[in-house]
Amino acid sequence: MSDYDLILLGAGPAGAAAAIKARSLGLSVGVIDEASAAGGQVYRTPSPALTATQPDADRAKGDALRAKLAASGAVLYANHRVWSLRPGFSVIAIGPDGPLTLEAPNLIVAAGAVERHIPVTGWTLPGVIGLAGATILLKAHGVLPGRRVVVAGSGPLLLLVASKIVAAGGEVAAVVDAAPRASWLARAGSMLARPDLITKGANWLLALLKARVPIHSGTAIRAIHGTDGVESVTIGPVDRDWRPVGDAERTLAADAVCLGFGLLPSTDVTRLLGAEHRYKPELGGWIPAVDASLQTSVPGLFVAGDGAGVRGADAAPLSGELAALGVARRLGRGGGGGSAGEAAQTEANWHKSGRFGAAMSALAMPPPGAAAMIDPDATVCRCEGLTRAMLDAAIAAGARTLADLKATTRCGMGPCGGRVCGEAAAMLIAAATGWDREAIGQPSARPPLRPVPLAAITGAFDYDELPIPAPAPL
Amino acid sequence: MSALYDLAVIGGGILGSAAACRAAEGGMRTIVIEQQTLGSGASGVNAGTLSLQIKRVRLMPYAIKGHELWEKAGERVGFHKTGGITLAFNQREADLLHERMALKREAGAPIELITPARVAELEPNLSRKVVAASWCAEDGYANASLSGAYYRTLLEAAGVDIRERTPVTAIDRSGSAFELATPAGPVRATRLLLACGAWLRSAGAMIGLDLPVRARVNTVSVTERGPALVGTVVGHATGLLTLKQKPNGSILIGGGWQGTGSPDEGRSSVDPATLLPNLRLAMFAVPGLDRFRVVRSWTGFEANVPDFFPLAGAAPGIDNAFLLGCVRGGYTIGPYIGALMGDLILGREPELPLFDPGRFATGASAAA
Repeated sequence: MSDYDLILLGAGPAGAAAAIKARSLGLSVGVIDEASAAGGQVYRTPSPALTATQPDADRAKGDALRAKLAASGAVLYANHRVWSLRPGFSVIAIGPDGPLTLEAPNLIVAAGAVERHIPVTGWTLPGVIGLAGATILLKAHGVLPGRRVVVAGSGPLLLLVASKIVAAGGEVAAVVDAAPRASWLARAGSMLARPDLITKGANWLLALLKARVPIHSGTAIRAIHGTDGVESVTIGPVDRDWRPVGDAERTLAADAVCLGFGLLPSTDVTRLLGAEHRYKPELGGWIPAVDASLQTSVPGLFVAGDGAGVRGADAAPLSGELAALGVARRLGRGGGGGSAGEAAQTEANWHKSGRFGAAMSALAMPPPGAAAMIDPDATVCRCEGLTRAMLDAAIAAGARTLADLKATTRCGMGPCGGRVCGEAAAMLIAAATGWDREAIGQPSARPPLRPVPLAAITGAFDYDELPIPAPAPL
Repeated sequence: MSALYDLAVIGGGILGSAAACRAAEGGMRTIVIEQQTLGSGASGVNAGTLSLQIKRVRLMPYAIKGHELWEKAGERVGFHKTGGITLAFNQREADLLHERMALKREAGAPIELITPARVAELEPNLSRKVVAASWCAEDGYANASLSGAYYRTLLEAAGVDIRERTPVTAIDRSGSAFELATPAGPVRATRLLLACGAWLRSAGAMIGLDLPVRARVNTVSVTERGPALVGTVVGHATGLLTLKQKPNGSILIGGGWQGTGSPDEGRSSVDPATLLPNLRLAMFAVPGLDRFRVVRSWTGFEANVPDFFPLAGAAPGIDNAFLLGCVRGGYTIGPYIGALMGDLILGREPELPLFDPGRFATGASAAA
């Protein structure tokens, strides 16, 4: 018994657009999101305590999206965390009122992206946060990561975060970008198609220059120092392949570090449901293999937004609409010959608008040499306290896949489930063996997709009603 | 022409590796061919429970020997002898417990019945709704995820060749030897042992056997690390719960609840519909679990045959071919029964009798 024609996982720009489109085609739609309101990361609603902050363009776009979604008739399940799924599809979540299971023959996963981490010595100190995490802190809570912040890693989030810190009155000790300056220019072609976004980037840059923030390209953090928190950061040059070179190091005083290396498509759900995936570094890494309507190898399972390949917020709504059109066609709904033409047009527009985002994503993507940035004593797997040296030893002893590493070292077995350490661990295997990433594989997706308290899963129950099968043979 | 081995073992789990080690130590030139990596199947993903209380009566002598071998492996496999408690929460379960534990005790397991008050002394954090319980001081657990690394060391020391990520795609026995086709080239051997667990059925088909092997899809869950809650291995009278807290504070929950999928699909999945009662049973037994977050549930394939006893012996109707698969308790028994199998292949009389696969009709004569 289906609850809806379509369930959407994620109410960001892709998910909301998909829901609105599907409703306009007459489909019944349920939308599930972890956050308290629609908008995703990019249009995240500010905390109510922040109403006095200056309105910005993202805020206005987010409010418009929320209003449109509310008017569409799609049912939004906010504050719901999906922890498991069954084929066909059942979505199993935990919400404010307890467990919730929803069923639908079609599922669009618009779960966005997660941060790519490359561990450096000291990154486990209090005061070090992810770049994407920093945007949430700044946007939703108006909180500065620290008084004097080093913003480091790669990709466009560096400029966004640094400029937001400056705008909020914080000090940025330095922007430290591993990519050589030339690689930004190499992407200029793709960027010229979007002068509006270039202007946005230029404005961030201008704000940083005005605040006299030093911007170091071709540079990376060598180590973060401190006892109870960040006290200073040592940076040094890296070569074109992001390998540390030379001894031109300098140490900057800082009490916080925002560190991130671009975004990884979030593929937990599609992996759990057994969809095929491909490794596409130009789109952020592993993504589900899809057809022209963004349907995966599992019939009825569609993807949209950054989860289908990191292309950014502007391309996301088009991918959502494309997937919604695919769902409608699969259900034999949504009106005749016009829809094929509309899908083709939407697909073309999506490809066009995705070019800029994909170029940005590629800019953040670490080349294989970046594994050299990880010192032997840097903690790679935080949950289990495993350093690079420990993982390298296991690789030298024969571990060739993430599953091997997990079995021999427990890497990825903790609460993060490989979400934080999986990329770095795969980089280490690739660096040691020369194997390509497809062969090294992905972390296996297992329920629960996020750690869930046992009591939240089990709920209240009566022992005598447990469906206990026949006992094992004597 | 590739080298001729005395023995080719298909399957690098506990059983195949233990048999290969014994055969190599007896002088046979031996190779293990594994489709994934050593110990990546049931050997590596089971809950690691070493409990005589959940072993079948007829298998008890083998299980006791298996315990001894795991204890000897010690730290290398994360062995811990903690003792184990089996719980009954109503009269029906208590009757079952009394009946079963009496027979297992007769078979040699040092199991005693204990009162609910004694349970509360031994494990103050268990449910107070216990109506009957049993205790076995020999019970404990090891860390199944170390199986592959452990046997890699043993195989290398015994001089066994190891070929991993190498699926066998066909077996030809037209000549004097078996020729195994693999993507990495053929492997030739005068003797063949199939020890590939839930994949025994498809491997058997390659030599014309129709083995009655089906796969069970067992579910295991683990929590994040937490404060000390239980020190022993906790079970349920029906055998449908195993629970233990590892030294790092994480809690492993098993019990053989069935997921979905099959070896032919190459994939299995946790079924939330069976995970739920599995976790509820765990919560009922150990109420303090409510605060623990589950970080991962997974599944693994366990071979199964109609009478739930091992397959261990000569392949019916095929000279120099042998079958080895364990059903129920394979992790506990595996090191021992694998070694017995090695003895049989070496032409020695095994210390305890094996389990002749010829007890099932396998259609071998038609293929031979």
